[in-house]
Amino acid sequence: MDILNIKGISVSYGNIRALSDVSINVGQGGIVSLIGANGAGKSTLLNSIVGLVPLSQGAIVFDGEEICQAKSVHHHHLTTDLIVRRGIALVPEGRHVFADMTVEENLDMGAFMVRDQALIERRKAEMYDFFPILGARRRQKTRSLSGGEQQMMAIARALMSSPRLLLLDEPGLGLAPLVVQDIFNKIRIINEENDVTVLLVEQNAKLALKTSDYGYVIENGRIVLEDKGENLLNNERVQKAYLGA
Amino acid sequence: MVTLTLYLQYIVNGLTLGAIYSLIALGYTMVYGILKFINFAHGDILMVGAFVGLIVYEALLGTSTSGAWMLIAFFIAMIASMAFCAVLGMFIERVAYKPLRNANRLAPLLSAIGVSFILSNGAAWMFGTQSRRFPYPFDNTPLTFLGISITPHQILILVVSVAMMLVLAFFVNKTRMGKAMRATSLDQPTSQLMGINVNRVISLTFAIGSALAAVGGILAAFDFRVYPSMGTMTGLKAFVAAVIGGIGSIPGAMLGGILLGILEAVGAPLLHIPNGLRDTVAFAVLIIVLLFRPEGILGKNEREKV
Repeated sequence: MDILNIKGISVSYGNIRALSDVSINVGQGGIVSLIGANGAGKSTLLNSIVGLVPLSQGAIVFDGEEICQAKSVHHHHLTTDLIVRRGIALVPEGRHVFADMTVEENLDMGAFMVRDQALIERRKAEMYDFFPILGARRRQKTRSLSGGEQQMMAIARALMSSPRLLLLDEPGLGLAPLVVQDIFNKIRIINEENDVTVLLVEQNAKLALKTSDYGYVIENGRIVLEDKGENLLNNERVQKAYLGA
Repeated sequence: MVTLTLYLQYIVNGLTLGAIYSLIALGYTMVYGILKFINFAHGDILMVGAFVGLIVYEALLGTSTSGAWMLIAFFIAMIASMAFCAVLGMFIERVAYKPLRNANRLAPLLSAIGVSFILSNGAAWMFGTQSRRFPYPFDNTPLTFLGISITPHQILILVVSVAMMLVLAFFVNKTRMGKAMRATSLDQPTSQLMGINVNRVISLTFAIGSALAAVGGILAAFDFRVYPSMGTMTGLKAFVAAVIGGIGSIPGAMLGGILLGILEAVGAPLLHIPNGLRDTVAFAVLIIVLLFRPEGILGKNEREKV
């Protein structure tokens, strides 16, 4: 069963078309990755799922219900805060931690939708357990964290709301290879142990496809290939364009 | 010794004046922090606050001269005025600023100037342009400590404004909505990703800022009287205080207000500035700050935000 269906969506910024007729299906419980070069439309796609970018065509269905559709007179556009309340969390590109807030306050913000204070405390404890470095730095301003720590912070913050679908926008961007490896290991654990479906976009195609069950390749706003992760890894076109083989 | 006492006296006077500036500056800075927009109608909110406070106070008082009831009536009037201005602030935002949120940056600014005219002219139409006295709800005979005199009015200003600022600090740092407000001012799209309803946060910001302005207006009214254009100069100076402290920063607005009050109260006699030119001190300080530290004392460099 699919948790997310992106049905032929198009997105334009003024005269520039960022996505053209993109369709993606994400099965419940899996990890799906979307790979593509800089500017191919990866971030636009994730932002459109949470309603930060309006669709000019198509629709997005989450858990059987339409959450986004192209502007029309009949439908009222759901705002981002209402979409994420349904169980979606996005870790944005460039992490976007609240730099002037402490690690703990960032986690509190991630749990904004949770009203049960005891549950929030329990989840924070789980996060400190899962990302020990965050526990050690819980009272520090987030701006003092390294890039890798900030990425973990952003992922932990997203998990505070117990999402069913986790969207990750370039979690490895600008980080040292060992740190990236660590983060991808954590993503796999989150997916397996917490039953969180993951849709991630990455420039680091090799690691992304290795981690994923299924993958899509996006070029110039269009999906050009889709297959199982391991098949894409062995695909000649993918190897040439994204794996430097 | 005499001069030392004299300057301590100026500092006390400046502190109380500054506390009023701080209360009003908070509204400018909180709105700027979230919307990156200067609400030029904020000064007129303090005028409305003073009028509502005065009207409710006089109505409650009637012909009573009981000392205790005067004080109770005053606090009821203050709370009523805060509530009125909070609703007015939210209403103005909804009607005059929200529709322009995605427009050119100049549009809401012009809209704010329009709202300012509507409020001050509306008040002139309803209440006339004669200034009214806001009677002290207590005997305002000054008390003297070590040669420094302090009036009960000044004590009231200090107690009320410190209480307001403590409550605000607690709200912003410790409560769920307060933290959401800080998050929204730091990064609006990411706040939405947390499930925060940004429109609600913006409404709340206007409500709190306007309620604080109402308090500032009432506290200022005892000295400055109540009249339709009373918000112009006081509002402008509070804006200067917000800029000095670092616009967008809540502690900055508190600090900027106190600092400006003291500089004005001490600077004018120190530099032998005649009373009619007293206001120049604030604007001279503004120019100096803009030249040497445009982001203000506690402000952050805007480049960092990108």
